[in-house]
Amino acid sequence: MTRYTNRLPPDHPDRELVGRLLGGDERAFTELVRAWYGPLMRMARNFVASEAVAEEAVQETWLEVFKGLERFEGRSSLRTWVFRILMNRARTRGEREHRSVPFSALAGTGEDRGEEPAVDPSRFGPDGHWLAFPEEWPRLSPEGLLESRELAGHVASAIDALPANLRAVVELRDRDQWSSEEVCDLLGISDANQRVLLHRARSRVRQALESRLGKGKTP
Amino acid sequence: MLGCRELTETVTDYLEGRMRLWDRLRFQFHLGLCKGCRTYLDQIRTTVKMTGRLPEAPVPPDVENALIERFRDWKRHDPAP
Repeated sequence: MTRYTNRLPPDHPDRELVGRLLGGDERAFTELVRAWYGPLMRMARNFVASEAVAEEAVQETWLEVFKGLERFEGRSSLRTWVFRILMNRARTRGEREHRSVPFSALAGTGEDRGEEPAVDPSRFGPDGHWLAFPEEWPRLSPEGLLESRELAGHVASAIDALPANLRAVVELRDRDQWSSEEVCDLLGISDANQRVLLHRARSRVRQALESRLGKGKTP
Repeated sequence: MLGCRELTETVTDYLEGRMRLWDRLRFQFHLGLCKGCRTYLDQIRTTVKMTGRLPEAPVPPDVENALIERFRDWKRHDPAP
């Protein structure tokens, strides 16, 4: 088998992984396929309507990864590079379907021009304080709030209902645990911009959960 | 003085560690005095945690197997069909 060249600098965090892939390590590859399948599919679904097309985009992505891996220099992380390929593939597919979200909608603040308050302003008095404190969310027992599948469903729906630019950021950061640097690198946005999108997304999801769990009580 | 409304608008900067020291102190001072805002911050944190715990779709076995086959093709330096 041809010996592939690993172009990553010695201190690059992905150097060993890339080396293993280039060396044909099937287990390393399988682990990546499994770990990134869900996140890649969800990112693809920002661009294409159907699961089947999203899956094709994911498969095409991996083929492109194989083709390009020997030339990959590690200017971004391996993961960012792979996701960038996926976004290009999914966007191409989406354009064919005439159903793609324009890339700019993921990159910019999108349709949310101007102010979007985190909380309905009518909940505050003129001095900026709560008129009624938010109600503490119940400690559902025995499983607890975090374990509640029903509430997880509400969180998932709330995220699905977000515009694509907010959804992309909150999923990458809070669901997939990407760093803000990686998200900014992938989406080509500033840290400040990314934070605005994250803030709006979290505010909306919190709001949706609150609607399920009860609103405000008198302090 | 930091108001509750301002807190709800800046909570992400706070959680991201992107606040200047003085603003962070004002934020924390207000939290100490205001149960409503402590609840709000807790709700945001819970929202973030729940997002992080959402289940992930597993790879369908046929998709995984197809990809492994492609990987093996690539290893063998075979041209892709």
